[in-house]
Amino acid sequence: MSTTIGQKTARIALVGKPNVGKSTLFNALTGSNQKIGNYPGVTVEIAKGSYCVQGRVVECIDVPGLYSLRAMSEDESVALRVLQGGDEPVDLYVIVMDAGSMERCLFLYSQVAELGKPIIVALTMTDVAPNLDLEALAARLGVPVVPVVAHKNEGLKELQDTIERTLESPVVPDIELGFPERVRLAIQRLVEFKQAPNIHTLRLWLLREEEPPRHISDDFRAALTELREDLLGANLSGKVLDSQTRYAWAASVRKQVEPATTSPMQSRTDRIDRILTHRVWGLLIFAALMYLVFQSIYTLATPLMDGIETAMGALSDGVSPLLAGSPLVHDLVIDGVIGGVGGVLVFLPQIMILFFFIAVLEGTGYLARAAFLMDRLLGWCGLNGRAFIPLLSSYACAIPGVMAARVMPDPKARLATILVAPLMSCSARLPVYVLLIGVFIEPKYGTAVAGLTLFIMHLLGLAVAVPVAWILNRGVLKGPRLPFLLEFPRYQWPRWRDVLATMGNKAKTFVTTAGTVILAMTILIWAALYFPQSSSSDAQAAFSRLSTQQQEVTSLETFEAQYQLEQSFLGRFGRAVAPAFEPAGFDWRLTTSLVAAFPAREVVVGAMSVIFGMGEGEDSKELRTALATATRPDGTPLMNLGNALSMMVFFALCCQCLTTVATIQAETKSAKWAWFAFGYMTVLAYLFAIVTYQLFRGVA
Amino acid sequence: MPLSFQDLPVGRDARINELGNASDRLHELGLTPGTIIRLVRVAPFGDPVEIEVRGARLCLRRSEASGIRVSLVE
Repeated sequence: MSTTIGQKTARIALVGKPNVGKSTLFNALTGSNQKIGNYPGVTVEIAKGSYCVQGRVVECIDVPGLYSLRAMSEDESVALRVLQGGDEPVDLYVIVMDAGSMERCLFLYSQVAELGKPIIVALTMTDVAPNLDLEALAARLGVPVVPVVAHKNEGLKELQDTIERTLESPVVPDIELGFPERVRLAIQRLVEFKQAPNIHTLRLWLLREEEPPRHISDDFRAALTELREDLLGANLSGKVLDSQTRYAWAASVRKQVEPATTSPMQSRTDRIDRILTHRVWGLLIFAALMYLVFQSIYTLATPLMDGIETAMGALSDGVSPLLAGSPLVHDLVIDGVIGGVGGVLVFLPQIMILFFFIAVLEGTGYLARAAFLMDRLLGWCGLNGRAFIPLLSSYACAIPGVMAARVMPDPKARLATILVAPLMSCSARLPVYVLLIGVFIEPKYGTAVAGLTLFIMHLLGLAVAVPVAWILNRGVLKGPRLPFLLEFPRYQWPRWRDVLATMGNKAKTFVTTAGTVILAMTILIWAALYFPQSSSSDAQAAFSRLSTQQQEVTSLETFEAQYQLEQSFLGRFGRAVAPAFEPAGFDWRLTTSLVAAFPAREVVVGAMSVIFGMGEGEDSKELRTALATATRPDGTPLMNLGNALSMMVFFALCCQCLTTVATIQAETKSAKWAWFAFGYMTVLAYLFAIVTYQLFRGVA
Repeated sequence: MPLSFQDLPVGRDARINELGNASDRLHELGLTPGTIIRLVRVAPFGDPVEIEVRGARLCLRRSEASGIRVSLVE
């Protein structure tokens, strides 16, 4: 046990399988005193917090849910390493057990008990099995058992007292699991070598045939090989034997402590499930719920986002006069820094609203049912039922959508979901569709075709995402796929404290990880548009060269903005790459608009206004007229049905959103996958735009 | 009568005979040989399925449990 001067400290780990109420207990014990730890290379987040009782500071680690102490993915390995004190030694385990799924919890207990550390069992959901014999349970497990109802703060004091007592006089459980005699003797013999840190490790080596590390002595290795062969000869080897023995023990414990009656909670859950997983009602209710979630992200977030933008605007206005002395610093702070911070904060309402719903759906137990309903539709291309939430929310915005992929425990399916999520047509693409459909489709083909086009644009991303996910799973993503397994927890009311904790933690994670990247990139992009700075006299000279007719339709100020954009780094780049976009029907003006929209596609209408000489914030009616009447140098109309459609297709498929790229990097812990998503989407968008233009260019 | 997991009828108790090529996760979740399971319901599109095992519910894909052989319990 570690001690610092004058203060006792201890570190405990909360361990349990998923859905046992472990995080509820963690939130109840540590309150708001939490931080989220990130580990390099994996996406698993480990929450830490602390409380202080009787002059001792107890640090709690919320180990992600585990079914067994054998890792099947990188994320699980990290959780196991934390659990076994690989980074910081743990003094005591609190195993959280759910009275409603005793045997699975006891299975995990039987493995943790072999780690050789003191244990306390916190028993949750005792309302499911009110007649449980707790004394008998404590006697069979050889450790204290404390019933807790964490969301009502019941049993917390007793748990903390028991933790304190156990820390003062630690007792390590010693349970007889009933392995066959040969296995027992074999373990006994291996223990004598004193080569393994604990019995659990020995069992992994002996029964699960995992290989011991290099530093292990040759004597031990020889004995291990001999014992393995001995067991194999007696037909006793293997992983199944290990599970079978533990579950036989778990069943005997359960039989002894739990009276054999059907719980009323299970029958209530069954009644609800008969409706919620029904082939008609279940699907209808699912559709209605998802519509509600989707609509809420769309509509509830909008006033909040407007509020943030107004506040940032007010901040700019307030700061602006203070920096008037230095135009460079002024523009850097106003457009780069404040604009960048605003660009990060503006996503918070959507993220928090989505995670409010996810936490509620998960907390009630509905999320598992939704995944059950949807798995068949998404499973065949390598995703799974849980991908539905991230994909649907990406229709509002890919940023919360990518973050929502955390609901997927299988790392491979999660990565595939994250990589295709930005293809869903987010709300920032809508203004482009509306503008171009309004100018080039609706007047000529009528409202019905206009509506249909809008619908097709929204469907296009999904239609492309499915084969992309299929290909990613076949050829690109490495590593084994975890089987799709869901536990169906009993229905319960959401715990509001947990819901709030989830929303707060997600907001914090977004701001600290993706937020910093976004801010840096925003400043870079600002610089690419700001430099090299054109001199006012150059712009005026160019303006004076315009014909009087041209001077009439544009003002000097508007022209200066257009002039600056054209000869900024970004504008020059747009001109340079314009020839490559000729097959898609884009001239340098359309290409520069596209290029300017790469950091954030919502700026495209503004960029087009500047490039077509409207000035920012001009009435879009004028932009519509400008687009409809713009001509190529040879006098033919610049835009027609062909490149209006190809432009929309480009927008539908391209990853023109820096924040998404930064969020993918934050969520996958990999710049490689972030740029991969950006790259493949840009290539797809380019190719589809060319095909679209070539197909429709001839249509009058 | 031995059956494949794929052919298990809804609502009948069955005993697991062997696991075949099923993932290790399945026996770690309690689907060990000798365990009684019951198919509770099938998802609207025919897959996955919900089973009762050891007093708790679990949902899995038919394809991922295809190696499991069971026999019906009278």
